[in-house]
Amino acid sequence: MSPTVTTSSAANGNVSAATAAAAARTADAGTQPVTFAKALNSALADAMALEDSVLVFGEDVGVLGGVFRITDGLTKRFGSERCFDTPLAESGIVGMAIGMAMNGMRPVIEMQFDAFAYPAFEQIASHVAKMHNRTKGRVPLPMVIRIPYAGGIGGVEHHCDSSESYYAHTPGLKVFTPATVRDAYLMLREAIDSPDPVIFMEPKKLYWSKEQVDLEALRLSHETDAVPPTEGRAAVARSGTDATLIAYGPSVSTAMAAAEAAALEGRSLEVIDVRTIVPLDDATICESVRKTGRAVVIAEAPGFASVSSEIVARIQERCFHSLAAPVLRVTGFDTPYPAPKLEKYYLPSVDRILDAVDALQWEEGA
Amino acid sequence: MTTTEPRDAIEQVSSKFGITPEDYMLPARTEIHMLDVNGKLHPSGQQGAEPGHEYPLPSPKALVDAYEQLVIGRRVNDQNSALVRQGRMAVYPSSHGQEACQVAAALCLAEGDWMFPTYRDTVAVMAKGVAPMEVMAGFRGEWHSGYDPKQYKVSIQSTPLTTQLLHAVGVAHAAKLRGEDTVVLAMCGDGATSEGDFHEALNFAAVFNLPVIFFVQNNQYAISVPLSQQSVAPSLAHKAVGYGMAGERVDGNDLVALMAVLGRAVRLAREGNGPLLVEAHTYRMQAHTNADDATRYRQDDEVQAWIAKDPVTRMRAYLADAGLLPEETEARIAASAEAVATTLRDGMNAENNPDPSELFAHVYSTPTTQMAEQAAMLADELAREEDAK
Repeated sequence: MSPTVTTSSAANGNVSAATAAAAARTADAGTQPVTFAKALNSALADAMALEDSVLVFGEDVGVLGGVFRITDGLTKRFGSERCFDTPLAESGIVGMAIGMAMNGMRPVIEMQFDAFAYPAFEQIASHVAKMHNRTKGRVPLPMVIRIPYAGGIGGVEHHCDSSESYYAHTPGLKVFTPATVRDAYLMLREAIDSPDPVIFMEPKKLYWSKEQVDLEALRLSHETDAVPPTEGRAAVARSGTDATLIAYGPSVSTAMAAAEAAALEGRSLEVIDVRTIVPLDDATICESVRKTGRAVVIAEAPGFASVSSEIVARIQERCFHSLAAPVLRVTGFDTPYPAPKLEKYYLPSVDRILDAVDALQWEEGA
Repeated sequence: MTTTEPRDAIEQVSSKFGITPEDYMLPARTEIHMLDVNGKLHPSGQQGAEPGHEYPLPSPKALVDAYEQLVIGRRVNDQNSALVRQGRMAVYPSSHGQEACQVAAALCLAEGDWMFPTYRDTVAVMAKGVAPMEVMAGFRGEWHSGYDPKQYKVSIQSTPLTTQLLHAVGVAHAAKLRGEDTVVLAMCGDGATSEGDFHEALNFAAVFNLPVIFFVQNNQYAISVPLSQQSVAPSLAHKAVGYGMAGERVDGNDLVALMAVLGRAVRLAREGNGPLLVEAHTYRMQAHTNADDATRYRQDDEVQAWIAKDPVTRMRAYLADAGLLPEETEARIAASAEAVATTLRDGMNAENNPDPSELFAHVYSTPTTQMAEQAAMLADELAREEDAK
């Protein structure tokens, strides 16, 4: 896959116009530019059309269509019993979804922003994650918690957290995070079909990115099992031979740009898009690192005790004898997410990734 | 699904009672009580209900059946506490003194109705029909929960406070969307009403006009902290009006009154009138658990005063006076209680070693690669231990 990733500028606040325009363009069948947001919207609509038990609810997801317009048009098309607004209470949204999933429904709920999901953390950690295990599988919870996350949009405090490590650290949860428009559609459909609860983390900065895709063809290939599942399968987003960049969600496009730049300097970097943090695809990551002998893990979240540290640990446990250099990381600093004017210093950048690649002991290497 | 808006539902039901929506939502001026401490029936009109809104007396058969469960419940509590003292299980939060609440909570529900209990509601869970040893699996340390919630329509005994009330709301919401007339009874204690999820659950249930009965057993203490330090509301039942639902308070040691009040609440909820909040005044006669020492925070004379209001003694006196407890009935009830106690003793005394490989089996619907690797590691460890023997 080689998506055309167009990251929006930080100043782009005109969400509805962009999405509405994208929606108008997709009225015709066939491959055309589709936004990440529209792919998610279509995945929800297609899942709801296929199965009456799929319900969508949260804050402002009804008439408004969600603050990012991901649920645009769903109430109109499926009625206010299947896509509806709730009182403003995140624990209530997740807790009610648990009960609905216990009683035959497949709720797909929206937490408005990463940091606003924290009030629901007890419901997620103590029940969403544990119900299947504590009942020995008698009470599965097929539900999806959608969380717009991460930064790069110039957002104010509490709107740009990378909270994936909290969920990944909690056994019983699956954690998906797409990085391409195509995966946004397919992975959300998979998450909704999953018998296990899925924390579905949507990189905000990608909502307005576009790719040439055929949504109707994607729908058909998903519903006929014509595409392999993404769960537990990392994608080789770019092939290379000299070193491996491992990234997920919002960092994949940065890693791709870094690989592009490195190629100009004659260095061939492979880029792995993790796609599902839980379950993690150790095999694909390790196969690549054994081949290249060098690796850099990239993530926006603070690096300390994080998904990135887990990936590094697993690489050294499994690939130690293939490594020509220590595995390095380029992550957010161990500080709270900064104010908009400082985020460019905080976020992993192409230059910082290239510096890390340069530090992979090329002189001493084979 | 009924399309009645919550506000219309409250107006319709209050007009049926011939009162304003505000009066419908407010609890009666005193708790509802039908038996006095000696088991004598208060005359109709002196049972706490507002004039014209008296609760009918449950049928004699219903009362005798409930008394049987009450006797079984007391036996279950005392047998389990004894098993803890004998070291047969680590912990048992007893509902000794609260058995009338436990029994009424189970018996007010119909076959397809759901119950959401807490860790102290073991007697209610058994009274709703869950096999005793399946209930005890959790307390025995075999697994966190031992019965099938979907089979019995009884959710897991929640340890976190009031998280289960939201699950109850969700079960009711799903049932309502499918047009089913399921009623859900959601249980918590007085201390739990301070939790945020209590508020969110009541609000969601009211906003979506769902058939949920929030049943608060006010046993006066949250471990050591008395109710006066949890809330200064006129009563916990008064909290209902803040959410736009009806509240009622009832003598929680009076099984007759509990059956009457919960019976009406379930009927109203099933008819589409939205959720209700019922507060039962009772008392936790024993410490929070065997690990707690209640003498550090409450006086013996307070406990003695509640012994005089014991729910089992009062109910027995009432039924005997009414001629509903002939000798053979009493003997049959005693035998059923003893049979359950025997099941508990035998079950707890039986050897039981849970299979360690199950640690990995149920985390996900299908074990992940990582689960499979860790299962293999443990299996290898156990095989080497076996070889070394």
